[in-house]
Amino acid sequence: MSIQAEHESKRREYEPHHQTHEQEHPSDRQYVVIAVILGVITMAEVMTYFWEDASTVALVILLFPMMIAKFAIVCGYFMHLKFDNPIFRRIFIAGLVLAIVVYLVMLVSFEFLSDDYFRFLKA
Amino acid sequence: MTDVAHAADHGHATSTGISNEKLAMWVFLGSDCLLFGGLISTYLLLRHRSIVGPTPEEIFDIPFTSVSSFVLLMSSLTMALAVGAIHRGDERRCRTWLLTTSFLGATFIAGQVYEFTSFVKEGLGYTTNIFGSAFYTLTGFHGVHVSVGIIMLMSLFIMSMRGRLGPERAETVEIFGLYWHFVDIVWILIFTIVYLIP
Repeated sequence: MSIQAEHESKRREYEPHHQTHEQEHPSDRQYVVIAVILGVITMAEVMTYFWEDASTVALVILLFPMMIAKFAIVCGYFMHLKFDNPIFRRIFIAGLVLAIVVYLVMLVSFEFLSDDYFRFLKA
Repeated sequence: MTDVAHAADHGHATSTGISNEKLAMWVFLGSDCLLFGGLISTYLLLRHRSIVGPTPEEIFDIPFTSVSSFVLLMSSLTMALAVGAIHRGDERRCRTWLLTTSFLGATFIAGQVYEFTSFVKEGLGYTTNIFGSAFYTLTGFHGVHVSVGIIMLMSLFIMSMRGRLGPERAETVEIFGLYWHFVDIVWILIFTIVYLIP
């Protein structure tokens, strides 16, 4: 028996009996393609730095979708959320959504309900 | 070995039907979202409220930070390759990718140390202004996460060298990989929100 085949049989022998992986993970080649896509998006993000007269709103509109795309690609493919049991996805998304909601509320409270803002409105 | 110990070692059926260790890591990562959410929103709230300089626009070196970001992004690729290798039972290749990942992580940390040092030289200490405090706290916490990750990577590497990280422990490498990728996605957020959006 070759070393590879021996490893494979050992892996199968020790494979947990529970259903962790829903589908097969990407191959090495696919991982490299994903990394290239991430690299290209990062390059596009950095290019916005050289756009001198860009407004903050324009940058937010450009950069946020790219940031979310990178986030989703890493979570979905490198962290296998796309392929693993949906329970993992739900747990992570629950934490993420909770964080976004809690801190958006906090930011809104501090930014718009502060004394400075009311003074600004009266002026 | 008793039957119970044998069953525990080999990860037999759980009440949820999924691996408890992996579930625990996802719960930890979900809760870590709250930690970094708090730090990022605090930074957003405070960064333009400094009375004295230096300000973010005066001090950030975006080309340098872009290279650091790229290095950390590529470390996610090498980590994914390490996980793939151990799933195939290729321990030697797994070791190589683990070592590469820790090298890339160490390069990122070295870049962060250089960046912090140059900021201090330019007059931005931890207590210089409110932007400095929020910035160092956020990026410092991330740096600590990366450093802990490097220690864990080296532990896996040593375990592998001692022959204690065979295909039967593939899930251990995968669970650690989740932590490393999480550190990467946090940096994806920090890089855009802190560095690129003025």
